[in-house]
Amino acid sequence: MIETHLSLLIVVLPLLAAPLVAILPNGRLPWAASTLVSFAVFAMACLQLFSVSTGNIISYELGGWAPPWGIEYRIDAANALVALIVAGIAAITLPYALLSVEKEIPAKQHSLFYSAFMLCLTGLLGITQTGDIFNLFVFLEISSLSTYALIGLGRKRQALTAAYQYLIMGTIGATFFLIGVGLLYAMTGTLNMVDLSERLPALAEHRTIQTAFAFIMVGFALKLALFPLHLWLPNAYTYAPSVITVFLAATATKVAVYVMLRVIFSVFGFSLIEDTPTDEIFLLLCVMGILMMSFYAINQQDSKRLLAYSSVAQIGYMMLGLGFGTVLGVTATMVHLFNHALMKGALFMAVGAIVYRIGSSRIDNMAGLGKHMPWTFAAIIIGGLSLIGVPGTAGFISKWYLVLAAIEQQNWFIVGVILIGSLLAVVYVWKLVETLYFKSANENAHAGIKEAPLMLLVPTWILVLANIYFGLNTELTVGTAEQAVKLLLPGVQ
Amino acid sequence: MDMSSQNMIILTMLLPLLAAVLIVLTGKKPNLRDSLSIIASLALLATVLSLLPIVLAGEQPSIILLEIVPGLPIKFVLEPLGMLFACVAALLWPINTLYSIGYMRANKEQHQTRFYICFAIALSSTMGIAMAGNLLTLFIFYELLTLSTYPLVTHTGTDAALKAGRVYLGILLSTSIGFFLLAILWTWHLTGTLDFKAGGILSGKVAGPELIILLFLFVYGIGKAALMPMHRWLPAAMVAPTPVSALLHAVAVVKAGVFSVVKIVVYIFGLDMLTLSDGSDWVLWIAGLTILTASMIALQQDNLKRRLAYSTISQLSYVVLAIFILAPLSTVGAALHIAAHAFGKITLFFAAGSIYTASHKTNISQLNGIGYRMPWTMAAFSIGALSMIGLPPTAGFLSKWYMLMGAFQAEQLIAILIIIASTLLNAAYFIPIIYAAWFKQPTQDSDINHAEAPWPIVLALMSTALLTLLLFFFPDVPLQLAMSLTGAHP
Repeated sequence: MIETHLSLLIVVLPLLAAPLVAILPNGRLPWAASTLVSFAVFAMACLQLFSVSTGNIISYELGGWAPPWGIEYRIDAANALVALIVAGIAAITLPYALLSVEKEIPAKQHSLFYSAFMLCLTGLLGITQTGDIFNLFVFLEISSLSTYALIGLGRKRQALTAAYQYLIMGTIGATFFLIGVGLLYAMTGTLNMVDLSERLPALAEHRTIQTAFAFIMVGFALKLALFPLHLWLPNAYTYAPSVITVFLAATATKVAVYVMLRVIFSVFGFSLIEDTPTDEIFLLLCVMGILMMSFYAINQQDSKRLLAYSSVAQIGYMMLGLGFGTVLGVTATMVHLFNHALMKGALFMAVGAIVYRIGSSRIDNMAGLGKHMPWTFAAIIIGGLSLIGVPGTAGFISKWYLVLAAIEQQNWFIVGVILIGSLLAVVYVWKLVETLYFKSANENAHAGIKEAPLMLLVPTWILVLANIYFGLNTELTVGTAEQAVKLLLPGVQ
Repeated sequence: MDMSSQNMIILTMLLPLLAAVLIVLTGKKPNLRDSLSIIASLALLATVLSLLPIVLAGEQPSIILLEIVPGLPIKFVLEPLGMLFACVAALLWPINTLYSIGYMRANKEQHQTRFYICFAIALSSTMGIAMAGNLLTLFIFYELLTLSTYPLVTHTGTDAALKAGRVYLGILLSTSIGFFLLAILWTWHLTGTLDFKAGGILSGKVAGPELIILLFLFVYGIGKAALMPMHRWLPAAMVAPTPVSALLHAVAVVKAGVFSVVKIVVYIFGLDMLTLSDGSDWVLWIAGLTILTASMIALQQDNLKRRLAYSTISQLSYVVLAIFILAPLSTVGAALHIAAHAFGKITLFFAAGSIYTASHKTNISQLNGIGYRMPWTMAAFSIGALSMIGLPPTAGFLSKWYMLMGAFQAEQLIAILIIIASTLLNAAYFIPIIYAAWFKQPTQDSDINHAEAPWPIVLALMSTALLTLLLFFFPDVPLQLAMSLTGAHP
């Protein structure tokens, strides 16, 4: 029973939980309920990945209506992996949320907060599960609207501006996507992705199809914060509550990258990209994004904003692989999708633990804290090393595949950019490390600051250890990614 | 391969890590902590020595740990050069620990527990480098060594240490990520393997300008070999406490650099391929230039540790020069020099630290007549200096002899001239120190109110001086290891 409806349950469970959590009394009950749901969803996502990891495809017909008329959930290795990232990060973030949320958000908003969190989870999981492009838009809106609310709950007043900024940009992105979908529907009369992919090749030359493609690309480039459409991201990440920053940084952009992959490879086909200058534009924007955003990151005075700019740069790495459109390139994208969730999750959690203790994320205020919070400090070091791509961490595996993909293309310029990007990462990571380790001018300011509580440390360290584990054992990441790429790029070897 | 030698290989890396854990646990009790450090270092020495007969018998025990990327495992293979390097590091760690205990206590250094932990991790990485069975494994431990030595370089936590730490990390990480990693990936792309194999793996896969670029990426990617202009991190690292300079920045870290270069030339490129291709002459020139330039800079340094640091840069390039002569005998010289320079230079650093501990002097101009107040220290210093110059009866003579023989064999006139010129320069910057220490009169009264350094320090530096002499008189084992590297015969 559960197995057959697994794909649907993953989405429906948090969806049903959202209103229930909203009517629960404030206190720890909403948290407990959401956490339980996230654990259940995580377990189901694991099961789901396990059942498609051999190359199977699950097709689930919603309400028994056969596709292409009904909505189809179509699961292969690619979206099962992304669903696992989303569910896994939610299951790690929610235990962490208890203390962090109690500190940062007024008690009377707790049940609404967790309710919005459940909705956001529903939206992100729905996007990954669905095989229907309009249904995808619906879930996109569910996740976006709940995200705006969640960001707005941040402890500073700027959080409202940040949420508003994201609202505007996000809505433009979503509208663009919807316009694209509408044009596709007008031309093909279908919304099912498989069906679309069968009908589109015949129409590929048609101006309307190309326009639809352009709208969808720009719309999602906004959602995934591809340079230069990233302007909403630094503020959103900086002012959102710590928990939300962790969750968004590790999942939201990843889901958007996944949609990009799906739309490009499964719906339109990479040939459309190759025939137009799209791939060159992608590569150019990625290169600029990687270099410029890394420099921006170096100059930030706020640790969350620093990591946010680093995220924009890292999105450049993910899109590079996509721009190559080769087996190695897309494998690199999928692997980095997973690994970046681990490293940024760990880093934002560690920073969140510092915010929990000193109430600020400004780098100046963190001077010399390494002595008082050694475990948090160590988490930042290891997460940072993974971000740099030091061997033995997950980040190294990403970099390995990315550089290899670029070498395979004989694109030495991009090889250089990736490596320079890593060196810039050394600079901004070390800015944090040095501050925590050395400066002790205002030593007295930290008198009595203790290590973060275990409820924050344990989830952080689960992610930190995952960074090391997936740096040494790549069976899950590379294995699944290769499986996914086989389905995304059939016929290419 | 039998299980026990495989376990022993893993144990060489685990023992220092285990020591690190024990040091954490006993951090509050300095005596217990320091005794454990000594015991762990002796245990490591015993483990490494137990592997020696196996390698001398011509076997190459190997073990595969886990596959990181399909077809690319973490793998250890114990071959003669790695054995030699592991022996040198394992032999010097107990002596250095003894010295550290004397030095750190006498100078009342802070954070001693952290110091010993990082030291142990660095040693574990060194063992990993020595036994690495492919380039990926080598790279992993190479980076680990950089990172674990960073807290040692910045140990004092002052602004100067912070700046030096930036130079240290900046140069070592940017070369390794920018060049070394790229070279490794390129090799993987070209050959589909990263294994160290006798005769190399690149033969027939790369030629012409591409070969030169790849060689450039390897040679400069290994920043630890301190080939100019990538040498600046080494003088910067001298802000560290002297035991760090002694074992890490005269032995483990820098030797890991030249060791990697030798290993890549012998097992990745292959001597034959480089000889035929003519693509490697420029490295010979750069190495020669580094030897001479660094020696001349050393000549101008008044700070003793800085002079030793520049001397190290110059001596490292001997190894690079020797290997790029591309003759079997000079390869023997390169391998031997890794050991010979290690023993000599650690003695010199020990002596510098001993002088600092006893008299708080750091400059050469302050050393007039110090030999009479610190006879043991300066006697050991003199032996170390003789070895640097390459005079018998010290180990330095031996390695230089083989280098010269190789150069004659390959008819590399340039290399011969460089070795001779630099020998004169070495003499020019070491003899005055020895002369001042023994024959000049102290100028100030304040110079003479100290005696010899504490006994652990003296014992340590006498042992390494003794090793420098012993290597000259009993070179059989290292020689056999070095010769089986390329199958050379004198």
